[in-house]
This record gives sequence, C-alpha cells and structure tokens, in this order.
Amino acid sequence: MDLFTQVRWSPYAVGVGIGILSWLTFLISRRPIACSTTFAKLSGMIEMLFRGPRVAQKPYYQKVRLVVDWQMMLVLGVVIGSLLSALLSGDFRWQWVPSTWAGAFGNAPLLRMGVALLGGVLIGFGARWADGCTSGHGISGTLQLAVSSWISAICFFVGGILTAHLIFGLIG
Amino acid sequence: MQAKETTRFENIPTLLWGLVFGIVFGFLLQKGGATKYDVIIGQLLLTDFTVLKIMLSAVLTGMIGIYAMKSLGWVQLNPKSGSVGMNVIGGLIFGVGFAVLGYCPGTIAGAIGNGYLDAAVGGLAGILIGAGLFAALYPRLSQGILRKGDFGDLTLPRLFKVNDWVVVVLVAGLIFLLLYWLERAGL
Repeated sequence: MDLFTQVRWSPYAVGVGIGILSWLTFLISRRPIACSTTFAKLSGMIEMLFRGPRVAQKPYYQKVRLVVDWQMMLVLGVVIGSLLSALLSGDFRWQWVPSTWAGAFGNAPLLRMGVALLGGVLIGFGARWADGCTSGHGISGTLQLAVSSWISAICFFVGGILTAHLIFGLIG
Repeated sequence: MQAKETTRFENIPTLLWGLVFGIVFGFLLQKGGATKYDVIIGQLLLTDFTVLKIMLSAVLTGMIGIYAMKSLGWVQLNPKSGSVGMNVIGGLIFGVGFAVLGYCPGTIAGAIGNGYLDAAVGGLAGILIGAGLFAALYPRLSQGILRKGDFGDLTLPRLFKVNDWVVVVLVAGLIFLLLYWLERAGL
C-alpha cells in the first residue's frame, strides 16, 4: 500500500499507466480517453436550465448531443481519482493561488480568479474549435497517429510556451 | 420532441466503465503532478518537463498497444477529422488559454479533486462560457474557417502511404530519443 501513499510517482510510470489505460478504453468501451467535449455538453445543459429545450436545437448540439455519456463519467471520475490520490498521500489542500503565480503576481485570489476565468474561456473556446484537448488530441489522437491531433498538439504547446514566456518573462 | 425535454443517459454499464476509467486516469494524473498549476506552467516555461514525459510515455505505450490490437483485429481506430483552419487556429487559441489558465480540460478536473479553487471557480466557469460561446458561433464558423484546408480523418501512415508499423516504429524511436535526451540534459 506504500505505493498509493506516495505523493509522486515517476512521470514514466504514470505515462505507461495512462498508455495501458488507453488500451483498455479502446478494448472495453471502444472509445479514446478525451475530456473537453464534456464541458461543451455541460455548458449546453446548464444553458438549457435557463432557456429551455430549444437550446438542444442549436446546430452544435445537434452534432454534440446533450446526453450524459461515457466521457462525462470519465471526467467525473478524474475528479474522484485525483481526490483519492491526494487524500491517500496527504497532498490534498484547499488553495486559491498557486505558488508560481503568487511568486510573480502576488497572493490576491481575485486577480488569479479573473485570469483563470479568461484562460478558461480561451481554452473552452479553443478546444471546441480544434475539436479536442490535451487528452483527446494530445494523447489519444497522437497515439492513433491522427494528422489532426499531431497538428493540434504541436499548436497547443507552441501557443502555450510562447504565452507562458510572455506572461512570466515580460509582465511578471 | 418529448424525448428532447428530459435529460438522456447512455446505458448504465457504459457509464460505469467511464467512471472507473476516469478514476484511474485522475489517480494517475495526480500521482504524476499533472493536476498542479506549477507543474503545467513549469512545462510551458520549459523548466519542468514532467508533463511532456507523461504525455510522451503515454503515447509510446498507447500507440504500440493500440496498433498491435488493430493488427489483431481487436480494435478499430477512431482518428478525428481535421483541417488547417480547425487544428492550427483552434490549437493556438487553446495554447494561449493553456498558459493563461495553467490547466487543460482533463487536468482541471484533477485540479478540482486536488482542492485547487482557481480551477474550481474561475477556470471551470471560463471553460463552460468558452464552450458555450463556440456553440453560439458554430453555424457561422462551420461554413467558413473550420473548412479551410480540410484533410478528413487522415493518419500519418496514410499520409506517407506506408505500412502502419513503419510509422509506429519511427515515432517510437523519436519519442525514445527525445526522452533519452531530456534525461541526459538533466531536465
């Protein structure tokens, strides 16, 4: 049980584990590991609470149907799995501002919250535009050798590396 | 029309498998440190290569297994269709968001489980707004920019017109070399 109470595992052990997990999702559920469509569905479902069933008639939700599906449960599982791992190793804690951010921009939760909101809008919008995220394109798509996924994954990191250097190099 | 007014669900066994796989995925991400802003930003600032090591070893392992199972006829591939307009522009917008937020859609779920409130409050709300915004703009985008440079569900073996395993071996070799080089450089 020592293994489960360790705070960190080797990134290679984690990567091989995720690789083997992807064999199982293909074999048993016939689906690749992916996360970002869930947020589009969740967004549509929340909008439906306020604006009624006509939301489901939008062209995008005709393509990505507002059904509670395998992937939504996968994302819910990620929350639970991470919580379990963090609790077992004593690595769980409530935290408003991450330390790298605090080191450059201070401890104010509101600033970090606003920037996280903006980043979230971009990532939610970009993931739908590219039709995938770091898991769907970055891991599951590249391992299938999909051209769309290799292009996307490279652009995720090109955009991310340039922006991170801009944020922390020039502004921070 | 009636059916559209209630929340619909996939069948229970499928949902349960999704939950089980998700728990394992989240557990692994947390053990790898990928649920943390500091680790993800460290990767984008090129000071901490944990994220790349996790991703590349996952792709290496996954690719060999999936292509072996494909050769055996056990699984079918499901590559996503794409276009230059979709994957380059969408990928770059995502990348900017990746650095501003410091989490991605999968790791933000893990970050929420880890107790990180910038993920649970600001980031999550933002992703939901961004996805909703895209759904609103989709009718216009889908007729224009998303179609630019369309290449369908092309894979690298089909692009280069070679046997799957030529590309698998080549990509495996490149990933292995990159990881070896990262370790040798002490990164």
